[in-house]
Amino acid sequence: MTIYLKLFLIFSRIGLFGFGGGMAMLPLMFQGISYFNLMTQEEFADLVAVSQITPGPIAVNAATYVGFSVSGIAGAFVATLGVAIPAFVLVNIVFEFVKRFRESALVKGIFKGVRPATVAMIAVAAIIMGESTFILDYTPQWIPIVMCATSVFVVGKLKLSPILVFAIMGGIGVIVCG
Amino acid sequence: MKNKKDLNIYIDLFITFFKLGLFTIGGGMAMIPILEDIVVRKKKWLTLDEATDCIAISQSLPGVIAINMATYVGRFKKGLRGSIVATIGVIIPSFIAIILIATILSDIRDNTYVNGAFIGLKAAAVGMIIWAVIKIGKGIFNDVMSWIIGIASFVAIWIFNVNVIYVVITTSLIGVAYIKISERGKVK
Repeated sequence: MTIYLKLFLIFSRIGLFGFGGGMAMLPLMFQGISYFNLMTQEEFADLVAVSQITPGPIAVNAATYVGFSVSGIAGAFVATLGVAIPAFVLVNIVFEFVKRFRESALVKGIFKGVRPATVAMIAVAAIIMGESTFILDYTPQWIPIVMCATSVFVVGKLKLSPILVFAIMGGIGVIVCG
Repeated sequence: MKNKKDLNIYIDLFITFFKLGLFTIGGGMAMIPILEDIVVRKKKWLTLDEATDCIAISQSLPGVIAINMATYVGRFKKGLRGSIVATIGVIIPSFIAIILIATILSDIRDNTYVNGAFIGLKAAAVGMIIWAVIKIGKGIFNDVMSWIIGIASFVAIWIFNVNVIYVVITTSLIGVAYIKISERGKVK
């Protein structure tokens, strides 16, 4: 099996079976990488760290990183394509289904139930990210907590662009925590 | 004339999702506030309800959440071709950034300034996700049933660590049953 085929298989499997976002997919990714002996565990730990602090979705970052370190730009391309294609196909199919049956009691009911659950999931994500930002990362902890509260206020009440707020908070982080 | 307008929409989709990819740090959830700001508030491509559906679908399907959202919005706005353009847009920043960083990794890994920047970025991300909960919640929690489902889901996921897939399946069934029962009530 060529290296490109291996990369494509590992990452399309992640794209197909990985539920719940990037962090939840990492164990699945590690299994695939170890199965084909593509990286050591140490290299994998590097990969996770880089994927988290780099712009972009974690799984896409990880795919690009593995592909690139295993076999250069072409490898990066194949792995990234692999992780993206299943999501792309599935969403297109589901979109068509939802559009066709939007007014049906079935689709209405599904959304009636799933929408509140979605809010709950986003709340859980805030807690998970909050834990890693406020508790594990840094002392004194009040600094990121104040930055977080300020972000809620300026985005929510003052309607500043989130991208601008990211840039400002990143800059403050460099000065205060760096 | 129509072709030119179409081309502009494709470019707009590409640039929008390129930006989203560029500023999503720490996973798809961090993308939600930016998606809401650009796609709902500025571009008005989706209503807040439609965006919530997009988030719900993106989370309940397997795959990268950010790609799911890009494909969904692209498809919504401009069909299959729109979904291709948006998906490529959201991927490219990662692709370029990782290739650059993989080359210079060892030099920046332990840099305290880089670390400091990420503390700030993550704190801001948490703040924006909290705001997304408040804003999206306002539109949805308008009856008792929604509150019950929302709180029960939160408890299930956060306290009991229930797999999100089961939560999505269960809440869909409850929602369908609820709609069926309330429609039957109306007929009588």
